[in-house]
Amino acid sequence: MGDMTIRPDDIPVVGREVTETEVLENQVAAGGECDLRITDSTLRDGSHAMSHQFTEEQVRGVVSALDRAGVQVIEVSHGDGLGGSSFNYGFSKVDEFDLIAAAVDEATQAKIAVLMLPGLATVKHLKRAHAVGASVARIATHCTEADVSLQHFEEARALGMETVGFLMLAHRASPELLARNARTMVDAGAQCVYVVDSAGALVLVDAQERVQALIDEIGGDGAQVGFHGHQNLSLGIANSVLAYQAGAKQIDGALCALGAGAGNSPTEVLAATFQRMGIRTGIDLGEVLSAAEEVVRPFIPRLPWMDRSSITQGYAGVYSSFLLHAERAAERYGVPAHEILQKVGEYGYVGGQEDMIIDIALELAETRSLGNLAAAGAR
Amino acid sequence: MSSMSVTKASAAIVGPGNIGTDLMFKLMRRSDIIEPRYMVGVDPTSDGLARAKRLGLETTSDGVDWLLAQDELPDIVFEATSAKAHQAHAQRYADAGILAVDLTPAAIGPYLCPPVNLSFNLEAANVNMITCGGQATVPMVHAVSSIVPVPYAEIVASVSSRSAGPGTRANIDEFTETTASAVEVVGGAQRGRAIIILNPVEPPLMMRNTVFCAIPPEAGEPGDLQDRLLESIHAMERTVQEYVPGYHLRAAPQFDPAREGWNGQARVFIPIEVRGRGDYLPDYAGNLDIITAAAARVGDLMVAHRLGVATTWKSSADLGDLADPLTGVRQEAGV
Repeated sequence: MGDMTIRPDDIPVVGREVTETEVLENQVAAGGECDLRITDSTLRDGSHAMSHQFTEEQVRGVVSALDRAGVQVIEVSHGDGLGGSSFNYGFSKVDEFDLIAAAVDEATQAKIAVLMLPGLATVKHLKRAHAVGASVARIATHCTEADVSLQHFEEARALGMETVGFLMLAHRASPELLARNARTMVDAGAQCVYVVDSAGALVLVDAQERVQALIDEIGGDGAQVGFHGHQNLSLGIANSVLAYQAGAKQIDGALCALGAGAGNSPTEVLAATFQRMGIRTGIDLGEVLSAAEEVVRPFIPRLPWMDRSSITQGYAGVYSSFLLHAERAAERYGVPAHEILQKVGEYGYVGGQEDMIIDIALELAETRSLGNLAAAGAR
Repeated sequence: MSSMSVTKASAAIVGPGNIGTDLMFKLMRRSDIIEPRYMVGVDPTSDGLARAKRLGLETTSDGVDWLLAQDELPDIVFEATSAKAHQAHAQRYADAGILAVDLTPAAIGPYLCPPVNLSFNLEAANVNMITCGGQATVPMVHAVSSIVPVPYAEIVASVSSRSAGPGTRANIDEFTETTASAVEVVGGAQRGRAIIILNPVEPPLMMRNTVFCAIPPEAGEPGDLQDRLLESIHAMERTVQEYVPGYHLRAAPQFDPAREGWNGQARVFIPIEVRGRGDYLPDYAGNLDIITAAAARVGDLMVAHRLGVATTWKSSADLGDLADPLTGVRQEAGV
C-alpha cells in the first residue's frame, strides 16, 4: 500500500462547524432532496453474519423498517451474491429469490438491489432477480478483474436495471489501477462504481485517494462513485465521511453493522454522523435507530465485533466473509482462526476462495503435529 | 480424408493464442500420427501466427475461409477461439468432412473427458473439451459417482489471472454453465454447479480446483464404503497423471458427516492442484495445460481409431529425461 504515513494535510476537515440550529433545520422526515444516497446491505452483507439463515419474516421486517426510515436502496441476496448458496459459501435457509420477492413486496419507496459476482452467478441469475422485481444490479469483481463483468453490465442495462460496479478488496490495487478498472466497468454500462473495502483494510487516506482517483477517471462521464466500508479496523464511518468529502455519492451501510468480518459501517451511525455534519441522506434518524434497535438487534445471533480474528482480517487484508469459515475450520482442525486468516492474507487469496481455508487449516494442523512430534523428541 | 490412407493425419489449429500455441507444441512432441500443418488466425500481427510460421506451419490471418479453400484440407481441426466462433465454424468443418476437436465452451459435440468417456465417442465428428476447470474436476466427480450416488456436485476452479485470456473473461458465464453441465452429463452428478475465481496475486498461483460432492451419510463415516471411495479417487488421480503429470491431490480428501442443511447428505472435499507441464506455457498455467493435453490426447486417439493404428501418444514419463527441444523457442517467446 506504499507510504502509509498520514500527514496532517492529508486529512480533510469539514469546511466549517455546523451549528445546532442548522442540524435541527436539516432534520428531515424520510425522503426529500439528498446530498448522498445510502444503500443498506443488512440483508446481503449481513447474510454472512447470519450464516445465510435469513427468514422471510426477518427480511420483511427489515425492509419495512428501512423503507419507512427513507433508505432508498436495500440490497437483498446471499452474502456472496446471487447463486452464493453452495457448499463453498454455505447454503441459504430460504431461496434468495423468495427473499428478494418478499422485499420487493414490502418496499413502498425503496428500490431493491441484488449483488452478483461473475464466475459465481450468471446472467440467468440476474434475469431471475429482475423478474421478481429487483431494480438495481450491483456487479462485483476482484479489484483488478473488471473485464469479467462486461456481459453482465450489458444485460443489466438491457433489462432496464440501475447498475453499480463493485471493485472488491480495493486495498489490493493502487488508486490508478483501481481507476482503470472502474473505467472498464463504466464503459461496459456501470452508472456508479464503488471502492469496496472488503477487508476493512483501507486506512483513511487510502480510502480517500481511491475514491478521488475514481472521481477523476469516471466523474466526467456522469458516473457516480461509491464506498463500501467494513469495521475490521473500526474505520467504516470515518472512511465513508472521507469518501463523501472526496465526492462519493453512494455509501453502503448495514443496520447494527450486520455484515462480514467486524461488520459494515452501521447504517444508523452513518445517518447520525452525516446529519450532524449537515449532509442530507434522506433518512429519518429516529426511524433508522428504531430499525437497528428494535428490528435487527433482537434476531442477531452475535453482534459483529472487532475481535482478534476480524482485526487480523483488517490488518492482513483478508476478505471479511472468510471469518466464520475460518472459525469453523479452526474448530474442526484444532488450529487458531486468526492464524488461518493471517495465512490467507500472506497467500493473497481473493473473494470466493473460501475452499482455500480448508487447505490452510490442514497445512497448519500438519505443521503443528510435526512441531508436537519434535517437541516430544521425535526425529 | 486423403492422408488417412498414409500413417499421418494433418491438423489445423484455429486460434493462435496461448492455447493454440501450447497445443501445437504438444502435438509436435507427443503424437507421431498428427502433423500440425496449418495455424489459422484473424490478426496479421499475432505473435502466435509468427511463431507457428517459424516452426514450419502454413499460416494465415484470413481465418477459416482461407483454411477451407485450401486444396489439401486438414483431417482434423482443433478450435481454440471462442464459443461464438466455433458455433459459426462447426457445420462448415462437418460439411468438409473434417474431424473437429472443440476447445471452446460451444458444446456442439458431446463433452469429452479422456479418462471418463472417450471410448464412447470415438466415432463422433465433433467433440467438445468442456473447459479447463471441467477437465480438472469432472474425472473426480466421476470417481465418486462410480462408487456412490452423487445428488449434487460443486466445483470451484481458481486460476491465476495471467492465465485467463480475453476469451474466458468475455464469456465467463459460458465457462460456468458448460462446466456445470459436464459435471452432470459426464461426471455423473444429478445436479452440477461450477464456480470460477481469478486471482491476480504475484507470483501467480498454481491452478487449484476443489470438488465437493454430496454423498450418502454412510460414505461420510470411516469404513469400507469410504475406503472404496478413496481408492477410486486415488486411482483417478493416477489415470489423469498419465497425460497431465502435474495433476495431483493437494491434500487427502476430507469427509464431513451428514448434516440437515445438506439434505441429510454427507460431503467429500477433494483438493486438486494442476502444475502445468510447461510445453509452452509457464507452470502456473495448469488450467491451460490440462485442456490442451486432453485435446491433444483425444485427437491422437481419434485419429489412431480412424487410421486403424495404435495410439502413439507419448506421456511426459515417456519423454522423460530427454532435453527439451523447445526450450529455446520458449525462451524466445518470453515465457
